[in-house]
Amino acid sequence: MIMATLTKALKPILGRQLGNAAKVFGAAVSNQRGKPTYTGQIIPPPAKYGGRHTVALIPGDGIGPELLSHVRELFRFSCVPVDFEVVNVNSSLTSEDDIKNAIMAIRRNGVALKGNIETNHIMPPNHKSRNNLLRTSLDLYANVMHCQSLPGVQTRHKNIDIIIIRENTEGEYSSLEHESVSGVVECLKIITRTNSLRIADYAFKLAREKGRRRVTAVHKANIMKLGDGLFLQCCKEVASGYPDIEFDSMIVDNTTMQLVSKPQQFDVMVMPNLYGNVVSNVCAGLVGGPGLVPGANYGRDYAVFETATRNTGKSIANRNIANPTAMLLASCLMLDHLKLYDYATMIRGAILTTMNKTRLHTVDIGGQGTTSEVVQSIMRNIESGGPLTTEI
Amino acid sequence: MSIAAARPALFLSSTRLLQPWPGLKCTVYKLKSPAVFCQREKSSNTPPPAKYGGRHTVTLIPGDGIGPELLNHVRELFRFCCVPVDFEVVSVNSAASSEDDINNAVTAIKRNGVALKGNIETNHNLPPSYKSRNNLLRTSLDLYANVMHCQSLPGVPSHHKDIDVIIIRENTEGEYSSLEHENVSGVVESLKIITRVNSLRIAEYAFNLAREKGRRKVTAVHKANIMKLGDGLFLQCCKEVAAGYPDITFDDMIVDNSTMQLVSKPQQFDVMVMPNLYGNVVSNVCAGLVGGPGLVPGVNYGKDYAIFESATRNTGKSIANKNIANPTATLLAGCVMLDHLKLHAYARMIRKAVLKTLSETQLQTADLGGQCTTSEVVHSIMQEIQRGGPRTSGQI
Repeated sequence: MIMATLTKALKPILGRQLGNAAKVFGAAVSNQRGKPTYTGQIIPPPAKYGGRHTVALIPGDGIGPELLSHVRELFRFSCVPVDFEVVNVNSSLTSEDDIKNAIMAIRRNGVALKGNIETNHIMPPNHKSRNNLLRTSLDLYANVMHCQSLPGVQTRHKNIDIIIIRENTEGEYSSLEHESVSGVVECLKIITRTNSLRIADYAFKLAREKGRRRVTAVHKANIMKLGDGLFLQCCKEVASGYPDIEFDSMIVDNTTMQLVSKPQQFDVMVMPNLYGNVVSNVCAGLVGGPGLVPGANYGRDYAVFETATRNTGKSIANRNIANPTAMLLASCLMLDHLKLYDYATMIRGAILTTMNKTRLHTVDIGGQGTTSEVVQSIMRNIESGGPLTTEI
Repeated sequence: MSIAAARPALFLSSTRLLQPWPGLKCTVYKLKSPAVFCQREKSSNTPPPAKYGGRHTVTLIPGDGIGPELLNHVRELFRFCCVPVDFEVVSVNSAASSEDDINNAVTAIKRNGVALKGNIETNHNLPPSYKSRNNLLRTSLDLYANVMHCQSLPGVPSHHKDIDVIIIRENTEGEYSSLEHENVSGVVESLKIITRVNSLRIAEYAFNLAREKGRRKVTAVHKANIMKLGDGLFLQCCKEVAAGYPDITFDDMIVDNSTMQLVSKPQQFDVMVMPNLYGNVVSNVCAGLVGGPGLVPGVNYGKDYAIFESATRNTGKSIANKNIANPTATLLAGCVMLDHLKLHAYARMIRKAVLKTLSETQLQTADLGGQCTTSEVVHSIMQEIQRGGPRTSGQI
């Protein structure tokens, strides 16, 4: 306790040396990264070295590297006080050293921006999904995706505004499978009370913060009575503590059908892992495709930002046709998380102007622009906004 | 398919020699030996034999919600069209905790071979030992393939056009095994079972059906990047079966990407095969794409039995007995059943009338944006049939 206050007092002076000071003072006082305050709010990592943040960057595979270099270009252009620590993860190696390094880097920095790391089906089953390892090691329990119809994008449905909160660590993604009898495989889907309560609490808190009226829990409790039944029960318990927010539940098959016919009825949705995967992809398809929606993975101490639908995009890699919007909006979410709101608003405004007013679209949303053209247009929009930038 | 057919072949041939009247087949079997009873044709392609002068008997399970009223309309329509089908009604009370009702229903279906059903409600508030009645039915009768043919119907307002997807969903295992336990308080494990035998069976069914219907492509939907052993086994079985059908293209797609593609470009899909839960989600997405749950019929096929119902299995409690439910799905399910019973002429006649009413007249129920009642739609279908020729009974 005394050490904690001492280090906190010395923090502004010591800056980067905090880590070393912690090692000197005691192993108990380590990594005062984003410790939640008394009210449970997450404080972002302190800016070091004169107000510049360091963020871990994991390029991933497919379109990840090119889009992330566009993000860095844009940040450099806009003089955003963020430095990137690049950590490469080679998805074809069987050793887990790469991903362990990446996890260490994220623990160090607290925040990361990543592209999707490919999971090869041909590898043996003990080769776990790298993305999944990342999420479970850092306990990034909430995946949040805000799906909004953008006015400039042609879609069949209009006025969609849904926040999807997906449990990110357990459920069907526990990677626990075995073949006790030859030819019969059992996959375990784990639902725990703690995690369900945690994600439900997160969902209601977020709904309250953003002024949302209704939370819908998506489940299949008529078939998986114990599992999804527990999830639903936890959601109901948490809902009783938020009387100002309406709570209802819907079975996943009905939900997907309603999403396809009348998506405007949904407000905030909370669900276990696999349904979250399907529902978020359906919503991404409804608002215009995987290139448009950013996603964020929040844990108690860490946050990792990426595209919502986690596509590797191998077939369009290095052809300059990928849509940079999702990755750029993800970086804006990151800036919001780091409390650099002005930069976030500036970049987001420029992206939306390019999307809606200039209407410079890439191939996936029906246009003919290349990735670089879109990024250039965004930079021009930023420049026309004021003198906050370096030259192009 | 030929495993069980070998044994009764001997009995069949000897009994065929003994009696000239096909109608008396069953009685003779009882005399011969107790092992040879209920000689339901073993292949799913041949319908149960017509008894008593060419009239089929079909089990009817009204279910809950909109089931009873819609199935009444089906019976009314069948009587009007003089369809040679008699219905044996078996009620299943979803509120009773004893399994006698559903066991009776299963016995009735084993007796008749074919059933038409409404959805039986599963109350969440009952204890976990109370299994879903629909699920019990499917697993007891081993109805391993759920087939849903999703087609854009002209005249129905929808965001997408020209959809024509056949979805084949494994119907007995996967996430619906109802095997769950809570070893540690607060931690529930649900088991998802995937077996080689069932995966090969459903893949074989899918490719057979694709070939029969002249389809070019079969897509397996899975999540093998995460569930490597489980969905990995399913995918591997599909690939093995695909190797035996070189004329049909086979590809695979992860379930999240599939649902996204379905929402943006559903025309790219032809035939899709998948395990139970993904099948549930994907079939509901497709139903939503073509116009809603009131339009698409679904079939559950087993080796010996077939059950027909609406594809999305909705109980429709909130619209029950209000005369606003869309009868199309149930009526088309009735037509698919008539096709299964090889009463093709009747099936064609009724199907044509249903589709004509849907597309040409402005008579659409509330779920499609119209204002008609169920009875008006059924009445219009009957009028349409009557216009077609003198095959109907006198009064509407």
